Amino acid sequence: MQTLRRTPLHDRHVALGARMVPFAGWEMPVQYEGVIQEHKAVRADAGVFDVSHMGELEIEGPTARDLLQSTLSNDVDKLEVGGAQYTLLTNDDGGIVDDLIVYRLGEFHFLLVVNASNREPAYRWLKERELRGSDVRDVSDEYALLAVQGPRALERLGLEPAKPFTWAMGEVDGVEVMINRTGYTGEEGVELACMADDAVALWDAVLARGVTPVGLGARDTLRLEVCYPLHGNDIGPQWDAISSGLGWACALDTEFTGVERLRQVKAAGPAQKLVPFVMTEKAIPRQHMTISPADGGGPGTVTSGSLSPMLDIGIGMGYIPAERSAAGTELVIDVRGKPRRAEIVKKPIYKKERA
Amino acid sequence: MAANESYPEDLLYHPEHDWARIEGDEAVLGVTWYAQDALGELVHYEPPTEGATVSKDASYGEVESVKAVSDLISPLSGEVLEVNQKVVDAPETVNEDPYGDGWLIRIRLTNPSERDELLSLDSYKQVLAEA
Repeated sequence: MQTLRRTPLHDRHVALGARMVPFAGWEMPVQYEGVIQEHKAVRADAGVFDVSHMGELEIEGPTARDLLQSTLSNDVDKLEVGGAQYTLLTNDDGGIVDDLIVYRLGEFHFLLVVNASNREPAYRWLKERELRGSDVRDVSDEYALLAVQGPRALERLGLEPAKPFTWAMGEVDGVEVMINRTGYTGEEGVELACMADDAVALWDAVLARGVTPVGLGARDTLRLEVCYPLHGNDIGPQWDAISSGLGWACALDTEFTGVERLRQVKAAGPAQKLVPFVMTEKAIPRQHMTISPADGGGPGTVTSGSLSPMLDIGIGMGYIPAERSAAGTELVIDVRGKPRRAEIVKKPIYKKERA
Repeated sequence: MAANESYPEDLLYHPEHDWARIEGDEAVLGVTWYAQDALGELVHYEPPTEGATVSKDASYGEVESVKAVSDLISPLSGEVLEVNQKVVDAPETVNEDPYGDGWLIRIRLTNPSERDELLSLDSYKQVLAEA
């Protein structure tokens, strides 16, 4: 049996009564009180997630920019010091090795926050392509990462609003943090990176400010409601970035691994597309279920599915033949042998009501 | 609100964490506190149709939480007389009251002697101790 890694906050989670589960080689809290309750706390107020299992890679040196421009899909030159960018590590086929956020720490210094399950593959991928004058380091164990998300997240933390996809150094109740204006819930909020030794102090400070602890269960339903893809479910090396709906994160006028293939897919149009859908019959879609357009056409696959806590209906994402992928298209999902109807919708599935 | 852990004395138990309350030649079926706690808040109940046949140790329906799907295992064989519509409409009723309002189906027994194979409270507690 493989030993699961623990974040610096493990004892805090256990003390709160969290249900701990294995996730990407880590022992992580899937829920504290309940997925639905925690989900709604993030939509209504503020929640904090321990995402210290995510990987952090630092790329430094005079050619750091060159290494990233040739391996990442987005245009690194659009990134100023103090900025952050959603981008993809792509393979020769334009498939997605990982999706990540790159922060520009300095002209010659970048931080990549990668998925926990892809920490080693992403590190190896970049290390193998290292250039003279660019050093790739896995610094994951040095940092803890807390995502604080929700309409009242900034107010609860005593932080001023700032532009999305920027970062700055700051402090929360005496703990020095890198304040990143990023997140994966569709809500306003921040991701706070601190030294691993400071994680407990930061966690305690955030909870003392009235923020609800939220587990990975709600993290998954929150991101699905706003159609953010999950690597390993909705996106991966087997699907090119255009088919996965992430063409917007691919600067096809730059040269990076797989760009030629992506230009071809873009020109010809993808054969299949990742689409969001909602159930129009009572049922909950699940990953790997077969999904077919109701009026015929090749079957596809559900890549993520759940109940939407906000809409109280089954929702999901899946790959569908491109010619049947328009919003409004009726689908049939095989729910353990029972056909259940669904409909393709526009992103996001859940949209905040404007006050 | 989720119920507090309890296992009534007057029920018969199945090792898959299902219970039966026998009333004459009928039985009411549900899942135990342990089962609903393991699943988390229930959000969907896929019941059998009334009139359908259920068999001892076989699945008669499903319950789902946000993260998981679980088969409902029938402790006894019979014919479905009634589905608890309240749970269809509000599956979390099972979390709130697993032995009362959160019952799942009522059946007419077709093989009443099967009850001898079910677990008493003490035997079920042994199962829980080993879970």
